[in-house]
Amino acid sequence: MSPLRRLLGQIGLGFSILVIVSPSILFFLWMLSLSTKYEIDNASYPPVFIPEHFNWGNYAAVLSSNRFSTYFLNSLIVTGAATAFALLVGVPAGYGMARMRAQKSAIVILIARITPGLSYLIPLFLLFQWLGLLGTLWPQIIIHLVVTVPIVIWIMIGYFETTPMELEESALIDGASRWQIFHYVALPIARPGIAVAFILSVIFSWNNFVFGIVLAGRETRTLPVAVYNMISFDQLSWGPLAAAALIVTLPVLLLTVFAQRQIVAGLTAGAVKGG
Amino acid sequence: MSEATATAPASSRSDADPRELRGWEPPSYWPFIAPALVVVLGVIIFPWLYTTWMSLHEWKVGSPPTFVGLANYIRLPSDTRFVESIGHTLVYAALSVVLPLIFGTFAAVVFHTKFPMRGFLRGIFIMPMMATPVAIALVWTMMFHPQLGILNYLLSLVGIPAQLWVFHPATVIPSLVLVETWQWSPLVMLIVLGGLAAIPTEPYESAQIDGATRWQIFRYISLPLVMPFLFIAGMIRGIDALKSFDIIFAITQGGPGTASETINLYLYSTAFVYYDVGYASAIVVVFFALIVVLTGALLQLRQTTHWNDTGGSA
Repeated sequence: MSPLRRLLGQIGLGFSILVIVSPSILFFLWMLSLSTKYEIDNASYPPVFIPEHFNWGNYAAVLSSNRFSTYFLNSLIVTGAATAFALLVGVPAGYGMARMRAQKSAIVILIARITPGLSYLIPLFLLFQWLGLLGTLWPQIIIHLVVTVPIVIWIMIGYFETTPMELEESALIDGASRWQIFHYVALPIARPGIAVAFILSVIFSWNNFVFGIVLAGRETRTLPVAVYNMISFDQLSWGPLAAAALIVTLPVLLLTVFAQRQIVAGLTAGAVKGG
Repeated sequence: MSEATATAPASSRSDADPRELRGWEPPSYWPFIAPALVVVLGVIIFPWLYTTWMSLHEWKVGSPPTFVGLANYIRLPSDTRFVESIGHTLVYAALSVVLPLIFGTFAAVVFHTKFPMRGFLRGIFIMPMMATPVAIALVWTMMFHPQLGILNYLLSLVGIPAQLWVFHPATVIPSLVLVETWQWSPLVMLIVLGGLAAIPTEPYESAQIDGATRWQIFRYISLPLVMPFLFIAGMIRGIDALKSFDIIFAITQGGPGTASETINLYLYSTAFVYYDVGYASAIVVVFFALIVVLTGALLQLRQTTHWNDTGGSA
């Protein structure tokens, strides 16, 4: 290849990278910019990109509002409980289904994957109403299982199918019970898979909006619902709104950057198997 | 918990053909599955059965249900708002499959080459898909603002007149698809990248020796070999686009008017604004059937293309 053609190729590659990555970079930088400006800068045209005076007060206003800590705690409880419970029942289930080669039972997981979240809401909403649970966090914790349990089972089936059977077989011959084998042989090997399931479960539960918008009351809102409700009250204060949006999604963005390998592994495994 | 199960048979089946074992299920693993089964029955199977039952009833929240047979289903075809929402959903979904497929495949080809900071930049690229949808929807809403939005400013830099984006019935769906494409191209990229990684290097080497251009290599080597992965990506994208909710709800709530009201949005209004749960349940059943039929059609298409084109396996 001639040097000129090589150089042109390099420039083409650089340009392609720019085209691909800039929509994401520019969006999040703009989000950051909106969240650090005074309203006068946010409402000016042409837009101000880097303000002369930063207004970190937008963040202070969001963080210090007395409801924020409630909503943050709600999000933490709902996501934490739904993920913990999903791991508790989903990891053994993934193991059992992988060892039984119960492909057909995995179809239920597929159905869960293609069903719109709203369709679970109508019957479960009526059920929670009937049980008198609507003022509490329980309805949201329970309905988040619709998201977290299939993710965990799906990823763990895939993971246990690839772990070697030899160790488990020799343990079986040595007289270990199935439960002991699971606990002492299979589980330690599967730790990376559990990490993947944990991360994805946390992210998709944290991000969930549709369940909260129906089931959450004033006291039981999770962060995505709380942020959405900010719009109706402060139509034009973009600064605090952008700051709140960034605060809500920041934990997920950090996870994405620091656990990228696990996320990529989990998503592609789930996706490719999903076909 | 289950000492007795240690005597279960057949520990050497790890390398057996799974097809031979279909239908054969040793009982010993059931204790592992049972708790999850209870959960799945409770939060997935029960809602399905209950929804089907409700769809046969005239039922508004607060009043007792009365059995009406298939009346809710019969009402659907003459409900213009429902019929229109099907059209919106199909247009929205079709665009939301095609555009991310193109952009995502392009990104996969680029990320398949080696360059500095590739891992970091890939992390940046997948951020839109992981970020909280409501949070990014709020920022997009600000960007779409006709007077103060950054998008119209960017357009003005290249001499394109200001648009109304999500505030006009004619442009609302394309604008939402723009967000959807921005958000979900990364998933297509990851799937196709996985496909590209699985291709052996020999065809590329001989093509380069033969002096093939970049485009030729992509068109005649990479593309046919990643076709199965593109189908998977397209199918997942199709399912997700059909049931898309957060972005549309947070940005337009189905508006202006009902111009961006998809089936899912109409379902939301019917169930949780009008509290007509019987009718909403009928919509759920039809909606689900539509998703299954479209997914099945795509699978069918995949199988035929499979045999004609590549003969490879996904």
